Amino acid sequence: MIAEAGHYALVLALALALIQSTLPILGARLRDPALMNVARSAALAQLLFVAASFAALVTLHVTSDFSVVNVFENSHSLKPMIYKVTGVWGNHEGSMLLWVSILALFGGLVAAFGNNLPLSLRAHVLAVQAWIASAFYLFILITSNPFLRIANPPIEGRDLNPVLQDIGLAVHPPMLYLGYVGFSISFSFAIAALIEGRIDAAWARWVRPWTLMAWIFLTLGIAMGSYWAYYELGWGGWWFWDPVENASLMPWLAGTALLHSLVVMEKRNALKVWTILLSILAFSLSLLGTFLVRSGVLTSVHAFATDPRRGVFILLILCIFIGGSLALYAWRASGLKQGGLFAPISREGALVLNNLLLTTACATVLTGTLYPLALEVLTGDKISVGAPFFNLTFGPLFVPLLVAVPFGPLLAWKRGDLLGAAQRLIAAGVAALVAMAVVWAWTTGGSAFAPLAIGLGIFVIAGAVSDLAERIGLFRVPPATTLRRARGLPRSNWGTAFAHAGVGIALIGIVCETTWNSEYIGMMRAGDSAKIAGYDLELEGLRERQGPNYRERVAQFAVSLDGERLSQMTPSKRNFTTRGGMSTTEAALLTRGVSQLYISLGDPAPDGSIAVRIYYKPMVLLIWFGPILMALGGMLSLSDRRLRVGAPKPARAMRGFQAAE
Amino acid sequence: MTRKQRRLTMIGGSLAVLAVAAALVLNAMRDSIVFFSTPVMVAEKHIPPGRRFRLGGLVEKGSLVHGDNLAVSFKVSDGGATLPVTYTGLLPDLFREGQGVVAEGALDASGVFKADTVLAKHDETYMPKEVADALKKQGHWKDDYGKPADRAKPAAIQGAAR
Repeated sequence: MIAEAGHYALVLALALALIQSTLPILGARLRDPALMNVARSAALAQLLFVAASFAALVTLHVTSDFSVVNVFENSHSLKPMIYKVTGVWGNHEGSMLLWVSILALFGGLVAAFGNNLPLSLRAHVLAVQAWIASAFYLFILITSNPFLRIANPPIEGRDLNPVLQDIGLAVHPPMLYLGYVGFSISFSFAIAALIEGRIDAAWARWVRPWTLMAWIFLTLGIAMGSYWAYYELGWGGWWFWDPVENASLMPWLAGTALLHSLVVMEKRNALKVWTILLSILAFSLSLLGTFLVRSGVLTSVHAFATDPRRGVFILLILCIFIGGSLALYAWRASGLKQGGLFAPISREGALVLNNLLLTTACATVLTGTLYPLALEVLTGDKISVGAPFFNLTFGPLFVPLLVAVPFGPLLAWKRGDLLGAAQRLIAAGVAALVAMAVVWAWTTGGSAFAPLAIGLGIFVIAGAVSDLAERIGLFRVPPATTLRRARGLPRSNWGTAFAHAGVGIALIGIVCETTWNSEYIGMMRAGDSAKIAGYDLELEGLRERQGPNYRERVAQFAVSLDGERLSQMTPSKRNFTTRGGMSTTEAALLTRGVSQLYISLGDPAPDGSIAVRIYYKPMVLLIWFGPILMALGGMLSLSDRRLRVGAPKPARAMRGFQAAE
Repeated sequence: MTRKQRRLTMIGGSLAVLAVAAALVLNAMRDSIVFFSTPVMVAEKHIPPGRRFRLGGLVEKGSLVHGDNLAVSFKVSDGGATLPVTYTGLLPDLFREGQGVVAEGALDASGVFKADTVLAKHDETYMPKEVADALKKQGHWKDDYGKPADRAKPAAIQGAAR
């Protein structure tokens, strides 16, 4: 009953989406406010029905109704409750349902909070949202229905893939989807602007918070996924340049570029055409990511060929939306009026450079991700493009970007003074040089690039700090004035500084971890101890333990430093009998400052010893603190007064204020 | 600067960055791309020792030998040929005899494949993509590969339900 209700709610949502994608546009043509307002109620109702459908699937999973294929294939009655819930999106059908739920959520938010939007713009935006939604409802209903029943219901389910039975699954996919799908809003706004043939600074002001929100979620989602891979896979790696990871990195790069070009558009009314293109690209890359992950083309080109319905369907959606939007762009973009002149050396110029490098870096990732697929389709040769490729292409493009980051905020709009900016960055430069010298003198081994890269990271951080210091007049004016200025400084300035510093912090973490990571691999038996980076790890013993739906072998390590016992670590190896004896490695982590000790277990030998892999990862936590700081910067920016109450008025009313900005 | 000059500066700068990126990509393509082979292809192509490639196939049943200090050796076959592989380190969770495997490394002078990485990436049916494709191409694919007995039956139910 619940399954059928969920299915029915989804069909109703499709019907609503179809109404929402046509009537408002007709209304905008006829200038009929009543028809345009249909968009609002349709979007809210659609959200209601999709939410009901999603709630139905969650209920089925929670109650372990194995008469539903999706529940049978991915759940087990003994599975802990939290994984029964998260298992809903741990599979293809459920995750697509989550995808459309989030799409409907964003549509509903625009409908609910878009009261200050011009009526026709809101109607167009919601209609474009509904096009996307309709396509994906059809995809789910035709090829991936999560509510299918089994004729003869089995007693027990097949359980969720053990690797996914982790808290990471609860957070990572929803976050990532909030980011992916969030870019649909800027896409819809861009298409609406192209249809209306009108775009101005107010448009940028509306789009910016939505893009920023999507970007925050995507940043956190990627970081979260990386940390999940780090502790769950047992290899201590945090980024593999895997196509699935690249699929999330590409929209992030395009989204970061979009965020910066929106600033130019909002403040200076320039780069309009480019901003529209970036909005289209960011969401197109999200769709491409969905295609890569969901069509099965990565798992096997053959799987794609033997069960092509899903893949071909998504490919079709991809072609229609990307092709259609680019065609519309080619047709209408030239009609948009150009604004704001600026010299190459200026804040705008710096942001253009940022956009150029980010999109080029994104293009290299795209090349590395799609080239093996293209080559296999064309010649049948199978190749793998791994980390070395991306290190050689992505890395060199990011270095000039990072060097330029501190200069950007110090340049004036329209015409900047590069020499002046450089003078104000002298302190940051000195800090970077000192850091390089210290690192070079203190460390042994590792690449000669490491001190340089750390210096670059320090330069970016110190640059962000000196930008703030400059703005609040630190040490130049009396402390009371400084404090007052700090309080008066727009939150978006704080946001910029935090986000930029986050990039530097992440860079330092990445460099330290890859350069000075130490590793110990060996067979150990009870009583043996291993020495790594000054720490002494003694294997005290092994024991067996029964979990809810698995058995595990737990090893107990005593960790001591200079003879003093610090703590104990208990890595384990879990065996899931419900999944045909599939096993997972549960690594044990011990955090020391921002560094970590990492133990994972291998297979036991007949003589009672067990294979053990121990890492000492210096500064590794900075890799994820960086993105968290970036997201925090984004949130600060989002809370800026200007974006909340701002004055999103159409261009005619804005004109008078522009000079003041 | 006139408007035209500004625009030219921008376009010139963009083209320069793109040219650098293209050069980087081409350079990286030449050096850092690894081809995939199966034992039969290794025998046919005469890959020189020391050249890195990815080897894929099935781990031959009964061929896995644990040596001292985490050294392991096993044989990879694709139905047509067999290649001995040595590796030092922990094997991934999903490594099993009779299942698919992908290893990265190079041949040594005596024709043994010295792997420095054994990949843990499989789909849930325990069959790496390249291996499944290669086996299918050579006609050695059986549908029950990688499916433990208890999985084969539900798959049938599922087939009926769809």
